Amino acid sequence: MSVLEIKNLHVNVETDQGTREILRGVDLVINEGEIHAIMGPNGSGKSTLAYTIAGHPKYNVVEGEILLDGENVLEMSVDERARVGLFLAMQYPVEIPGVTVTNFLRTAKTAIDGEAPSVRTWVKDVRESMKNLKMDSAFAERNVNEGFSGGEKKRNEILQLELLKPKFAVLDETDSGLDVDALKIVSEGVNRAKANTGLGVLLITHYTRILRYIKPDFVHVFVAGRIAEQGGPELADRLEEEGYDRYQVAESAAE
Amino acid sequence: MTSTAPGSSHSATEGQHGLVAHSDGAFVPVQTRSERFRSVNVEDFAPVHGREHEWKLSPVAAFADLTGGELDGSRLTLATEPVEGVELSWIPRSDERIGRAGIPEERASANAWSSFDEALLVRVTGDDEKVAVITRTGLGDAPRAAHTVIEIAPNSRGLVVLAGEGEARLSENVEIVVGEGASLTVVSLQEWGDDAVHLGSHFARIGRDAFLKHIVVSLGGKVVRVNPSTHLAEQGADIEALGLYFADAGQHLEQQVFVHHDAPHTRSRVTYKGALQGAGARSVWVGDVLIAQTAPGTDSYEQNRNLVLTDGTRADSVPNLEIETGDIEGAGHASATGRFDDEQLFYLMARGITEAEARRLVVRGFLTEIVQKIGSADLEARLLEALEAELEGR
Repeated sequence: MSVLEIKNLHVNVETDQGTREILRGVDLVINEGEIHAIMGPNGSGKSTLAYTIAGHPKYNVVEGEILLDGENVLEMSVDERARVGLFLAMQYPVEIPGVTVTNFLRTAKTAIDGEAPSVRTWVKDVRESMKNLKMDSAFAERNVNEGFSGGEKKRNEILQLELLKPKFAVLDETDSGLDVDALKIVSEGVNRAKANTGLGVLLITHYTRILRYIKPDFVHVFVAGRIAEQGGPELADRLEEEGYDRYQVAESAAE
Repeated sequence: MTSTAPGSSHSATEGQHGLVAHSDGAFVPVQTRSERFRSVNVEDFAPVHGREHEWKLSPVAAFADLTGGELDGSRLTLATEPVEGVELSWIPRSDERIGRAGIPEERASANAWSSFDEALLVRVTGDDEKVAVITRTGLGDAPRAAHTVIEIAPNSRGLVVLAGEGEARLSENVEIVVGEGASLTVVSLQEWGDDAVHLGSHFARIGRDAFLKHIVVSLGGKVVRVNPSTHLAEQGADIEALGLYFADAGQHLEQQVFVHHDAPHTRSRVTYKGALQGAGARSVWVGDVLIAQTAPGTDSYEQNRNLVLTDGTRADSVPNLEIETGDIEGAGHASATGRFDDEQLFYLMARGITEAEARRLVVRGFLTEIVQKIGSADLEARLLEALEAELEGR
């Protein structure tokens, strides 16, 4: 039974205006097979949490811990984190010129598993996952994210999620910029990954829309760098009606 | 739009910059690429000081012996296997097959021309595919001159690799004469030792409906400058000029490419790609294309792409396009120097790929486009291996 624990996490980022504290004591425990939605207004630090878990060098952890099955994730390099089973589906996946999707997927799979996948089953797996995500087979020979539309980039992220089979996935606003059809396709991919591998999911989103397709077990409201409230799926319904104003008023009153 | 107050219209003021005659008087710089001064005699060129347009991007102090000193013009040691349809011989300076493809435009090239004893003639005949590899090795550390004439008979086909490895201080001229309807690939492969200096001028003359694929691959050597110049002299002549370079710390790799469209319906494609890695890694690419009045229906495109892998490198990229006729199919140029940036690295590492592997993946992807166009499986495999070695700093 895998578990991802985030304890009292404080994260700073260096800006032109000096050091800014973005995360101010985040506590979160995600068990295998659980779906946690993190919701919050823009600038509340949701993406910072995502990138800090993945190990982006821009974010500086000043206090707290991230543990995967008791192992200290913060001591691991970015690639090591991926190899122990963490995955980040990015909001703005970058283009990698000169590297085809096929080549990239095979290289990543080999890196994660520590050995090259068997040619026959791998080709079949890739083809099937692409079909499920309604990706044209021509994608395989295109350079990673080069000239992809917003929706294609997101599907490509979920394709990697399905093929690399991590223990925990952080989805950073995977729903943003998707039309309803694409949103359904992407959501089905996440649900499939969970059903197949017992994936634990940290679903970061601004909107409740995606929660119609990916049902969360827990909802956390993120405001000003920490969790302001948490509950079950019913909390999402309440946010849908009331928005985030309630928390922001409380926050500014507290300051 | 800018508005001007009445009375303040721009009239010349006494002493204004640009009003006085230039101090260099009547001197008018050469405007058209084909009208540069040319001579086979080194004495016709002024000593090189490094400010000349053709030398200004080169470390001229590193090879003053090649531009100004005496060169050993004796035969180079060649390593090669006999190939049917590719005949090698040494011909005297007086041979009329020398000087058909072009004449030196700078002093190192003229110095080599003035100094060689005999020229190596590589004669390709027959319409079957064949590959000849000629490797120059053990040239030593004294300055030397060489002259090579590669000639392909009408309607023949072939691939000739002119390779260099080990020690060298070499200035050379390579003439390439492509007969009517022939199809030739020439690969100039620089895998010299770390201290080597190589200045090469290639002159190609392409005949009617003939095709030359010319590939410059520069990987090894302290200073390597290979400048291919192609004369599309007859109707339907076609050049594909490709280049691939990988500049390491302290390495200067340069190529000045000139394509002269001088006949109707000629075609050119110039694609040079390079990677730079390490402090002081330097590349220079100058691409000149001249579409003369004599070349209606020209179709031309040139591009240079550089991939910067670390800080402390410099890539100069200068495309020049000169068009003297309005009646062309197409003409374009492009240059881009991009960085393998931290976000790309993060993306790949976030998928479990190590930093070294991520760099390898990107560089391989970037440069293999050129490798795959060579048209010889053996050579392609060998070059991919050489690129891996470059990435690992071997």
